[in-house]
Amino acid sequence: MSQMRLRQAIVAALEDEMDADPTVMIMGEDVAAAGGPFKTSEGLLEKFGPNRVRDTPISEMAFTGAGVGAAIAGLRPVVEIMFMEFLGVAIDQLVTGAAKMRYLSNGELSVPLTVRASVGSGSGFGCQHSQTLENWVTATPGLTVATVSTPQTAYGIIRAAIQDPGPTIVLEPRALYAVRGEVHRGPGGLIPLGKAMIVRPGSAVTIVAMGQTVTTSLAAVEEMGIDAEVIDLLTIAPWDRQTVLDSVAKTKRLVVIEEAPESGGWGSEIVAAITRELFSELVAAPFRITAPNVPVPYSRELEARFLPQGADITRQLRHYLSTDSVPAPWWVAERIHSA
Amino acid sequence: MPEITLATSESSVERRAALRSGDVERFERILEIRGFEERLNVLFASGAIHGTTHLAIGQEALAVGLATELEPTDLVTGTYRGHALALALGMSPRSVLAEVMGKAEGPMGGVGGSMHLSDRNVGLLPTFAIIGAGMPVSVGAGLAFQYNNEPRVSVALFGDGATNIGAFHESMNLAAIWNLPVVFVCDNNVYGEYSRINLTTPIEDLYQRAASYAMPAAVVDGMEVAAVRATVAEAVERARTGGGPTFIEAKTYRFAGHSRADTAPYRPEGELEHWQQRDPVKLAREALVAGGHLDANAVANLEERVGKALDDVIDVVRDLPGPSLEAMFDNVWTR
Repeated sequence: MSQMRLRQAIVAALEDEMDADPTVMIMGEDVAAAGGPFKTSEGLLEKFGPNRVRDTPISEMAFTGAGVGAAIAGLRPVVEIMFMEFLGVAIDQLVTGAAKMRYLSNGELSVPLTVRASVGSGSGFGCQHSQTLENWVTATPGLTVATVSTPQTAYGIIRAAIQDPGPTIVLEPRALYAVRGEVHRGPGGLIPLGKAMIVRPGSAVTIVAMGQTVTTSLAAVEEMGIDAEVIDLLTIAPWDRQTVLDSVAKTKRLVVIEEAPESGGWGSEIVAAITRELFSELVAAPFRITAPNVPVPYSRELEARFLPQGADITRQLRHYLSTDSVPAPWWVAERIHSA
Repeated sequence: MPEITLATSESSVERRAALRSGDVERFERILEIRGFEERLNVLFASGAIHGTTHLAIGQEALAVGLATELEPTDLVTGTYRGHALALALGMSPRSVLAEVMGKAEGPMGGVGGSMHLSDRNVGLLPTFAIIGAGMPVSVGAGLAFQYNNEPRVSVALFGDGATNIGAFHESMNLAAIWNLPVVFVCDNNVYGEYSRINLTTPIEDLYQRAASYAMPAAVVDGMEVAAVRATVAEAVERARTGGGPTFIEAKTYRFAGHSRADTAPYRPEGELEHWQQRDPVKLAREALVAGGHLDANAVANLEERVGKALDDVIDVVRDLPGPSLEAMFDNVWTR
């Protein structure tokens, strides 16, 4: 075990996979000479050389597609998308290309490609560099979509993604790159794809979180001192129904806390599926605590309210647990904007 | 299951190797592709096959010339106008038709269809139905070959319309700066969907575009197998020996409309007839007769035999069973 920042855990995951498997290579904008725009590949060029650590032109479509072709032809490429928004010009290669190759080859082709993308609000990058955008990719059967929330999950999920025989995209909350934590390196530190993790056991309510909201949810629960079970979903597609079902069957209450505009968010999927299975056992309606339906604003005061955190979460949880009814989001409760 | 007794029971690798036997075999393949697509057109029009189809009638010589010069271990990306490429590379008419008709026996088990044909034994990746989408994938395959020091070549076959999409520019640029073993083959058939090239593109000689990537380029008469072979051979040799990518523009003409529903009323008068004078079937037939390889009688016999074999394939494939409902759920996830 060693203490490291989340971005260093990513470097460690890449380094350990590259040591273990000579077909693993990485490419992206400024990942080599500069060590990555967020220092998530620092030192790898020096250790592994320019054949395995490649700077690319600003051509996301070409290098994401090259990742698909290289994966089909025997490599395990890791492609870095600097900001998730930049996948917009390359999404065809991942969603319509990589995710379909197995289906279109009667199972003969596999695409062991890992795409990493930084996501999320909180860094003052403005509305074109702060979205989470997981809903661009989650409705794609064949494409695994995973997130990270701590240095350990970053290490474990990225290694698992690289080892996975299919295409995977890993979403990394940019605001967490500097966060420190204990990391267990080596095979024991891997975290399986498709499995959620109960990060805090409890019996009063199930909270499903992902990425940045894992930390904000845990903080709110600790502050309130409630007996909540907090689940880090980790993989959004395909998500771990059983772990969430088992938890809600026990707690009878479900809250999903997500960093994304309310409409079209991944939490709707969780709430719908759990409601269908457990409707008659629930003591309160499941609900979602989300960001408002707006682009991520720049101003520090405004951006601070975008991500569900602090009093926003505690007020809603308190209301939910004390009344078994669903609270209004902050912008309605504070009469800032209508629902 | 009906017994397979036709020539198409050869493996795709054997069918591929046959292209190197001689001009007669290559002519036979051209005839097969033409006959296959003409029959397919009838089957679609009659409602025997659902969905849509994109014919490469008039573009057969390019597919056959290209396939002749590649090894089965080379990897090729193609397009939704892919029957000619698939048959040329070695897939059998039975295999292609079974997929086009959505049969369980199809190489994709019937989940692919006309636009998605693949046979890894002869290096054909699932053909791409998104314009330009195969090019970045070919660049990546080339990257893997270079990375592993393998003497394999990656080939992207695409149309003139694809040279206006970002994937073209990005892929040409990336292949050039990394000196990858990729051959870009542009099948310039004059039309991008329903639009003539002059309406969409400021130049009609697309090989000129390679200059901005400092990439060697060649332009070739795509109606003649021999010309295609010579040009492709040079590019493949360059790629295989570390010389990097090449851009080939093959001048062809799309005799059919864009897709099943398109009768191409937008063609300038006389254009089709002009190009039909250079019909690849006609040119190949004339060359064989002029060279003394076949007489008129032998040509007629060959054409009849190929046509009969195709009719037999249709009779067999028509009655094959469709996929089970379970097949829809197969091969989605790798893990």
